[in-house]
Amino acid sequence: MLREFCEQELKPRAKEVDRTGRQVPALLRWMGELGFFGIPFDQKYGGAGAGEVGYCILMQELNRACPSTATIIGAHIGIAAMSLYLDGSEALKQKYLPDLCAGRTIGAFGLTEPNAGSDAAGIQLRATLEADAYCLNGQKLWITNGPIADVVMVLAVTDPSLGARGGATCFVVEANTPGFAAGQPERKMGLHGSPTSLLNFDAVRVPKANVLGEVGLGFVTFMKTLDIGRVSLGAATLGGAEEALEASLRWVKARSQFGRAIAHMQSVQFMLADMATEIEALRALVYRTAWLVDNGQPFVKEAGMCKLLGSETASRCIDRALQIHGALGISREFALERGWRDARIAEIFEGTNEIQRIVIAGELLHERGVRIRP
Amino acid sequence: MDFALSDEQKMCTAVFRDFAEKEVAPTAEHTDQEETPPTALLAKAAAQGFLGATVPEQYGGAGMDYFTYILLVEQLAKHCLSTATTIGIHTMLSAMTIVDGGSQAVKQNYLPRLAAGELGTFALSEPEAGSDPGALQTRAVRVHDHYRLDGVKAWVSNAGPAGVHVVVALTDPRARHHGLSAFVVDAQTPGIFLGQREPTLGLRGMDLRTVYFEDCRVPAENLLGEVNHGWALVQRAFQRVRLSLAAAGLGAAEGALALGVRFATERRQFGVPIAQKQAIQNYVADCAVEIEALRHLVHYTAWQADQGQDYEASASMAKYLGARVARDTANKMLQVHGGYGFSDEYAISRIYRDVRALRLLGGTDEIQRFAVARDLFEPEGLALQP
Repeated sequence: MLREFCEQELKPRAKEVDRTGRQVPALLRWMGELGFFGIPFDQKYGGAGAGEVGYCILMQELNRACPSTATIIGAHIGIAAMSLYLDGSEALKQKYLPDLCAGRTIGAFGLTEPNAGSDAAGIQLRATLEADAYCLNGQKLWITNGPIADVVMVLAVTDPSLGARGGATCFVVEANTPGFAAGQPERKMGLHGSPTSLLNFDAVRVPKANVLGEVGLGFVTFMKTLDIGRVSLGAATLGGAEEALEASLRWVKARSQFGRAIAHMQSVQFMLADMATEIEALRALVYRTAWLVDNGQPFVKEAGMCKLLGSETASRCIDRALQIHGALGISREFALERGWRDARIAEIFEGTNEIQRIVIAGELLHERGVRIRP
Repeated sequence: MDFALSDEQKMCTAVFRDFAEKEVAPTAEHTDQEETPPTALLAKAAAQGFLGATVPEQYGGAGMDYFTYILLVEQLAKHCLSTATTIGIHTMLSAMTIVDGGSQAVKQNYLPRLAAGELGTFALSEPEAGSDPGALQTRAVRVHDHYRLDGVKAWVSNAGPAGVHVVVALTDPRARHHGLSAFVVDAQTPGIFLGQREPTLGLRGMDLRTVYFEDCRVPAENLLGEVNHGWALVQRAFQRVRLSLAAAGLGAAEGALALGVRFATERRQFGVPIAQKQAIQNYVADCAVEIEALRHLVHYTAWQADQGQDYEASASMAKYLGARVARDTANKMLQVHGGYGFSDEYAISRIYRDVRALRLLGGTDEIQRFAVARDLFEPEGLALQP
């Protein structure tokens, strides 16, 4: 059903989504009604209880069809709703998760700031306690779903003397709160249909009840969420790479040069073989890691690998597919060109691949008693 | 043996750099957004003699040698690859093919116009003939004192604004690419129809179109070289444009590296400029090493061309390496930019899109490698088939 929906409803619209820079809200609501958004979550919050494996299948299929839509949903479910699911109080979960799962509301995850990208601990957005509410002041940058979100999970500094580690707290902020404003969507190379923007907080009052997790432990919640998010991002890149291989296999049969289908050229065959090999390695890594998550086993190192291998595999595979398509590969009339532009950000967002290497190396060395600093 | 540039070459480089920084750099983003050739900029380039760079002075050109020409392309490409390739195709493919094969009258008629700023094309590729010249189908049939052209040419650069087309067509279809002839055709000639501007990933400032020839009548004296000997003209045109594209790759890579170095100097994370991180240092160092290797190959190839030596293999190697180095450098420097690299507000994302076309344009990576391999096996008595 998921594959069918993606092929029939998402893929045919993907070009238009790229051109206009927006996904139709009704389509997102429809996906919510079909239950796509609750896949990883418990049934008592309106979820499907299909765990990380189920969620990875969703992201893989979505990204095959429309990377912009997959990114909207990845931010909405994979990190925004996930942070709430992981560490939110029962009351907060009951209040927000059913609407997020049903697509009645869209979520965003606010971590990055102008001066805090890879150095996420460098955040400066302040939250000061005033009677029964926190007052938030500052900015978030490059926030996926910023312009369309109803609910934003925001990391803010509650104790500057401690900084991010022990002095940062996570808040659930409703977008209609006075003082909250999302900027215009940024102009980007790809993922045009996934709006990214600045978020401005000007004395935004958030009730104490909307503290997600414990005061001072927000950084832990955010990092934990990103760890899980890397697995499903790996799954999404797997879908993008598979799509590139499928498109290439169709083209090499159809295109003839030098009197025969280019499928008979070894330069082409070897590119196909490398793509398929990398894709199978990625598939094994992603689903093994998702299994680790679902079985309560350590997965941080493997999650970093999913994101690192996945984003680079997708970029390489789509680049090879573009080469196989020759000049048609760079034409905006064809999906491949869009896929090529869309894929590149996966090597950067949700922790650059350099940060993933630091995470992986950190885990390897930590197992041997060495603590590293970025 | 002397690796230093001559005083004259240094002086030319300074002039080219000055033009590129003052005129090309400020227009590059606009050219990309408007998706149209930078008309005003090209007029200024023509006034400097750059559109007739290698055209002999007697035909209104600047009479540069190839070495000086690649110094020009390198400087242009540092700031705008669209401009560098538009001028490269105009000069190396269009104007120089006329220099190579045109009669005295044809040269006197067309070259001053091209040098003065009318753009030229080189209409060779067809929908069914990209890498394979043997699959070309456009026909040229002699009828009394003219040739009648019929066929479809794909991916013709500079097609929209062009004043002059160089068209390659079959005069002897049975001989396949050994039955090709080249013609110079006024863009105003009846029977030429332009397709829509092809929307592309990068090089958006280059006007790429399909061009249709239907009963297009070209005077017989517009034949370039001898009838059925067009393939030799095409091969020499390929060598020239590959050298030019290699220099464009060099310039684009240098431009990308400069942006990455500046960003890594200014961007602070973890309390230091990110240039202090070894991962960043390694990216920058790897790119610099590849750029220097490329520079020497490009210079050597241009020197061979100026010496009148056979530079076909060098041109293929340089073009292949140039496309790869430009791509790797743009890719790594985009990574250095982090999220900013994905933003249209930063030039690195444009360069990253632009350089991708270098691996396809003027012969794909696969065709260049085939050409290099073919030359290696030829002395062994083995003729490689593509």
